[in-house]
Amino acid sequence: MRIVTVRRVSQIFFLGWFLWFCAVTTFGEGRFQVRGWPVNLFLELDPLPALATTLATGTLYAGMLWALATVALTVIVGRAFCGWICPFGTLHQAIGWMGRSFLRGDRARVNRPSQWQGVKYYLLAVLLASAAADLVRGSASPGARWPMTVQAAVAFGAVVLAYLALSRVVRSRGRAAAWSLALVVLWMLAGRVLPGDEVFASTDLVGWLSPIAFLTRGMDTVVLPLLDRTVGLFFSAPRHVQGGALLGILLAASLLANLAIPRFYCRFLCPSGALMGLLGRNSLWRVARTTPACSNCKACDADCEGACEPSGTIRTAECVLCMNCLPACKEGVITFRTRPSEAGERPLPDVSRRGVLLSLASGLALPPLLRLAGEAGASTPPALVRPPGALPEPEFLDRCLRCGQCMRICPTGVLQPAGIDTGVEALWTPVLNNRIGTSGCQPNCVACGFVCPTAAIRPFTLDEKLGRGDHHATGPLKMGCAFIDRGRCLPWAMGRPCIVCQENCPVSPKAIVLESWVETLREGPWDVAAIDDATVRLDGAPLRPGRVAGGDYLVAVVGTPEPGLRVRDNTADQVVLARPEDGALLAAGARVELRVRLHRPYIDPGRCTGCGVCEHECPVVGLRAVRITSENESRDPRRSMGRG
Amino acid sequence: MKAGSDEGSRREFLIRAARAGATLALAGTAGLALHDTSAPTGVTASTASGPPLPDWSLRDDGPRLAIITGRDRRRTLERSIDALGGIGRFIRPGDRVLLKPNAGFATPPDLCATTHPDLVGAMVRLCLGAGARSVIVTDNPVGDPATSFRLSGIAEAAEQAGATVVLPRESLFRSLSLPGSTLIRDWPILAEPFDGIDRVIGICPVKDHSRSGATMALKNWYGLLGGRRNLFHQRISEIIRDLAVMVRPTLVILDGTAVMRRNGPTGGALDDVEIRNTLIASLDQVAADAFGATLLGRVAGDLPWLGMASAAGMGTVDWESLKPRREAVD
Repeated sequence: MRIVTVRRVSQIFFLGWFLWFCAVTTFGEGRFQVRGWPVNLFLELDPLPALATTLATGTLYAGMLWALATVALTVIVGRAFCGWICPFGTLHQAIGWMGRSFLRGDRARVNRPSQWQGVKYYLLAVLLASAAADLVRGSASPGARWPMTVQAAVAFGAVVLAYLALSRVVRSRGRAAAWSLALVVLWMLAGRVLPGDEVFASTDLVGWLSPIAFLTRGMDTVVLPLLDRTVGLFFSAPRHVQGGALLGILLAASLLANLAIPRFYCRFLCPSGALMGLLGRNSLWRVARTTPACSNCKACDADCEGACEPSGTIRTAECVLCMNCLPACKEGVITFRTRPSEAGERPLPDVSRRGVLLSLASGLALPPLLRLAGEAGASTPPALVRPPGALPEPEFLDRCLRCGQCMRICPTGVLQPAGIDTGVEALWTPVLNNRIGTSGCQPNCVACGFVCPTAAIRPFTLDEKLGRGDHHATGPLKMGCAFIDRGRCLPWAMGRPCIVCQENCPVSPKAIVLESWVETLREGPWDVAAIDDATVRLDGAPLRPGRVAGGDYLVAVVGTPEPGLRVRDNTADQVVLARPEDGALLAAGARVELRVRLHRPYIDPGRCTGCGVCEHECPVVGLRAVRITSENESRDPRRSMGRG
Repeated sequence: MKAGSDEGSRREFLIRAARAGATLALAGTAGLALHDTSAPTGVTASTASGPPLPDWSLRDDGPRLAIITGRDRRRTLERSIDALGGIGRFIRPGDRVLLKPNAGFATPPDLCATTHPDLVGAMVRLCLGAGARSVIVTDNPVGDPATSFRLSGIAEAAEQAGATVVLPRESLFRSLSLPGSTLIRDWPILAEPFDGIDRVIGICPVKDHSRSGATMALKNWYGLLGGRRNLFHQRISEIIRDLAVMVRPTLVILDGTAVMRRNGPTGGALDDVEIRNTLIASLDQVAADAFGATLLGRVAGDLPWLGMASAAGMGTVDWESLKPRREAVD
């Protein structure tokens, strides 16, 4: 079998598994549901999220260890992951292949190396630097998270980098060394002055761009929800996705770009590809030309997926091992072997040292910039209600890949990708939107913590969520707290009985408590014309029949402090008392008014878990009269509204 | 200039004029045909409401209420059916049966916020045992439908006993109006599963309910409402009465084996549940609820909707007048 056919089989095999895992990432124990499928496998195989979360947190969480397999593969043979495994790469390649008809005659030209292929290396530098920002800070003012040896190594690396940068500017070597030493001393001093956390915080943004997270997010928040709504086959109940249009446009754009330039995303944007390009620098096998000269027909460049120019000096880091050049060569001078190409090699495309240093500096500057508004601290947006088990915000942002797996598995669809209204940094991280979805966060569900690949939402048990058993003392996990908007609440503002929120509160005893209240209707008062058993005839403006029916309404003598007598029904000029014997308590000629007995809801913040069921059920359909905001969330004691 | 050339240009001009004329004629005809002198009227009351649900109630002279005490729901259920004359009175061979449990919340069965799965399973088996062709189990829960049916154990029990669980989808709701009701007007009702159904059985637990005082057989039909039904809580007694008028079941089973005494209708703690070891089977759903209220320590006067449903001719609050069959299963 030809090597290209083997590669295609491999791509289809892995794409098939990827799509299968996406399809079965739904809540339940059915054949087409999550069960024990390793639904995060591809996210875990991508080495970039693994590296970035390790830089940001100091640990390599659970299944992320799979990344080592990809690292090993890449170190030995180069970017085989990109060309043979990555499902996003496979889609790009397939669409690029379909788009070949647009490019007839020009194929070798669009597949020539471009200087823009360096962009992904700069992006990689930005993302890794922002993930490592806390580690870099640690090298200036040692913190507890990293061992001293690691911090010393980072500090040493910083000196070398500073020297490399300065050696370009300062001519004398001695002076450059002196300058860089001075900078490091300055850095150490800065470490004494710079506050921790808030400024030099790390943030893990790789999920925005790393290919598997990008595609998983696209599947979970766009493709599958659309299929749920239309085909319905074995997916979840239909659901909405906030910001779904933007997510869909980005996914479509990333795929359609291949019609103009094949593997557009892989060549110019993919930071994981850049990382693997670097990892594969010393690969043992590589695509190479066996002769220094050839007929220069460029047939090998025509279908080159990586735009790495196998016809000339091959860019080894750009080669995705598509192997298209091997059969394309009529002279048979291109092969895959251990010796470098006779035509020479270039490890990387045009990536300038200055550009990399600038990117690293930008990456370090990114977290303070993103946190200038204080969204992860003092100015947390009230709508940033995180799922139960979410880590405190800074640690959460050190891990979240924005992959959308928690949103997909959520049985009610209440978990939604955050928009930029809750801060740019939180874009596409999971938040609760209680108006979307079939209910709020279900008390007896732990699915999001179960599926999260990075433990940004840590695994938690039902006992912990409900505050039972060993967790009795700490109480239930709280995502936030409900607040009654008294200007919108029907009993509070409009004299109408309701209490839907209280009824649906799933906490026992309920976190919404009621206070009885009697209010006089604006109709009336009337004089009692006659009383016949339970029927009281009123003299004056007519009532709408049924206006005070149902048992919530009372008739009372004007000015009396007692609530009044319960009404069962009414016609235009008669009210019927619920208890016939009450008729004796009224006399003809008495001046009476109609009152309504209301139950006004109050929130008990000690018991409210912020599950959002009340907000979901509130009959005030627009801006709900009871809303959850993130105060009192368990994950951050500083956001507690009080103790005890 | 030659005459031929003139003729050619005249000919070309005439063709062009004909095309222009046709374009104008087409645009003019289309514009005038589609011309609308009145603005859109906005929302108008829909006239496309389907007919109300059929009447499934039995009007024979047999006993109408059975109250059985005992701990085992399966046995009390079987005894109650026997006390009312046996399952053959309610189910004939070939019947299509719809069972409406309370699957309202995604909570486990022991919290008693939902119909107990044992009871659902036993009822399904009774129906199929009597020769029913099919049994459908459906409800529109408050919580996420799939999760509620699964976690309450109802889906599994029903499916194991041989019934089909129908989860509410948008396509299963029909806009219906109940004659005489101000509330159920062009309102989405879970009506599709009722098509072709011969027998309807309501089966639900006795629970405290914050707004209406109690939720039992009548309030169970709330689960057929779709849309943003919570706005009916402003007129809770009337909606319960209207539901009683809208749905006239063959039989209701009211489970008072363990009743939710407080924190209703959600409950959430075992402390909220009290053992009463009583099961009610009734052809009169108002009478069933009137008796059920006593299990909660309430009287009919506390629940205005009972009197209103009775006044609408849907049953009697005076359950003792039905001379209930009272038996005990040890």
